[in-house]
Amino acid sequence: MRQAALDGTTDAVIDVRGVCTRFGSAVVHDGVDLRVDAGKVFALVGGSGSGKSTLLREIILLQPPAAGSIRVFGEEVVGLSDEAALPLRRRWGVMFERGALFSSLTVAENVGMVLAEHTSLPPHLIRELAATKIALTGLPADAGAKYPNELSGGMRKRAALARALALDPELLFLDEPTAGLDPLSASGIDELVRSLCDALRLTIMMVTHDLDLLWHAADRVAVLGNGRIVAVGSMSELSHSDDAVVRQYFHGPRGRAALEQAWKTR
Amino acid sequence: MPLAFGATLSPATGSIGSSVHELRCLGTWSMGTIAALERTLEGLPWPQRGELVVDGSAITELDTAGAWLLHRTMAKLAAQGAKVSLQGFRTECSGLLALLANRRVPLEVPETPEPPWLGRIGRHTVSLITAFWGYLAFVGECALALLHGMRHPARVRWRPVLRNIEIAGVQALPITGLLSFLMGLVIAYQGADQLRRFGANIFVVDLVALAMLRELSPLLTAIIIAGRSGSAYTAQIGTMKVTEEIDALRTIGIGAQDLLVVPKVIALVIVMPLLTVYTDVTGVIGGMVMAKLKLGVSFEAFFDRLDDAVQLSSYWTGLVKAPVFALIVAMVGCHRGFRVGASADSVGAQTTTSVVQSIFLVIVTDALFSIIFLALDL
Repeated sequence: MRQAALDGTTDAVIDVRGVCTRFGSAVVHDGVDLRVDAGKVFALVGGSGSGKSTLLREIILLQPPAAGSIRVFGEEVVGLSDEAALPLRRRWGVMFERGALFSSLTVAENVGMVLAEHTSLPPHLIRELAATKIALTGLPADAGAKYPNELSGGMRKRAALARALALDPELLFLDEPTAGLDPLSASGIDELVRSLCDALRLTIMMVTHDLDLLWHAADRVAVLGNGRIVAVGSMSELSHSDDAVVRQYFHGPRGRAALEQAWKTR
Repeated sequence: MPLAFGATLSPATGSIGSSVHELRCLGTWSMGTIAALERTLEGLPWPQRGELVVDGSAITELDTAGAWLLHRTMAKLAAQGAKVSLQGFRTECSGLLALLANRRVPLEVPETPEPPWLGRIGRHTVSLITAFWGYLAFVGECALALLHGMRHPARVRWRPVLRNIEIAGVQALPITGLLSFLMGLVIAYQGADQLRRFGANIFVVDLVALAMLRELSPLLTAIIIAGRSGSAYTAQIGTMKVTEEIDALRTIGIGAQDLLVVPKVIALVIVMPLLTVYTDVTGVIGGMVMAKLKLGVSFEAFFDRLDDAVQLSSYWTGLVKAPVFALIVAMVGCHRGFRVGASADSVGAQTTTSVVQSIFLVIVTDALFSIIFLALDL
């Protein structure tokens, strides 16, 4: 199955072309082009309200764009019916900004329900696989029996990640994986994202504000501004960019601190 | 194409008679195949001890599920004293296995045990007792907040009171009016045959007016309001609790009771008697229409008789129940809202309980009123 993604004419896992989005008269996207390659950690950045999360929601079929084409695994997703989208949805996992864990289920049940829904595995294997995913995200074993409201913010993010990984997706979407976390938990997420991408050969697309996460985990970064992608490249390329939006983003006081930190740790 | 997969166990080549065995893994080891693979592995003639070489050169696909099965099998054998080594795995496969070994995944995940029946009874009893104490405490807090409001009427939040009057009262006019009209219609219709048999057509007025004014109209109104507004109170306060808005109110220094409970209680206590008077009227009109259609009692005759049939006390005995019912519906609705836990499920559960409990209490209270009125000879 994994090969199928790679065998296509192109190994772009996500290919976004000319996407336009409007909310009433407000134009959010005005011709966004984007390409995410297989096996890479791709990050989408931009100021608040620049439409990062909206673009993510369009790619994962939660809302349609006004115009343009979005191909995931080589298949056009704009206008796809729910039924036709099901095989695609099984191949990707999504971690929402606030976790979106089902509050009436324990963490293990949250992960297990995805497995139970999509596979015909016996209950003991489902429990074991759920525990495996929970352990992979670095949660202690006893976290599985807890309810989401009994977990700290960082643990909740990890639990949400465990659920996103339940079906061994080829593509993982992370919406603000470190938002609202303390620096220590956030740097734990940095490493987690990087190590999962390497060990499970995942393609990761994330939306983030976190400059440290970008420096440590992202292979390629695209900057969204004024409704378009204003720059794409690795972090060190972007940090030398002349574009006003990019400079504003990476050379603010916090941007500089993250940059210095990144050079020190290399 | 069916997925090819499998596992074979044999003495290692070139070492017949020695205690080295080789496990050859074949094909796809993934989520779709591990259930069958697990059975295959259980059926293999595992040696009691000695060395085991796991050969992964024939694995075509390995995901975390397959890696988990392999990891668990090896770890269990190692725990029994076998020496297990890997051979021929591609780097990504051995990487995945190393990751699992690294993370210390528990080998056995037992099903969460159900508590024994005695434990369940005990837990249920304790939760009932704490719920009762919780309710008492809530009633106390509300009483204090209301007393405080009475002493300082300027401190009461009148805007939410008016808003609640609009939502629970004005907007409930069509449904309560329609239902009590139908109720009056039905009572007159049911009574018509019996009364006609005795030639007592005109007594349909007594039947409809007394039944509506004394019992049905306040009861019907309370039940509709419990379903309409009581449930809304529970869901609103419960959702605010899930999203920590109640905690936010507390930190801003606004008592949740003052903002959320007191206005609702005041509003319902004002609105319920008014609605009851209104449903009295629509109910009697319903009876009047049916009396004309089915028994030929004209509107004039109906009104004439109404004057004799209904004493003022009948009207008051119905009306006096309304504020008490209002208090019950508002208090139960709000209390259930505050008892919502942190999950979406519990909003639903508490809303259900809220409606069932307030209707139950309303009917029980109605019965108590009947006994009291009987004793007072009203």
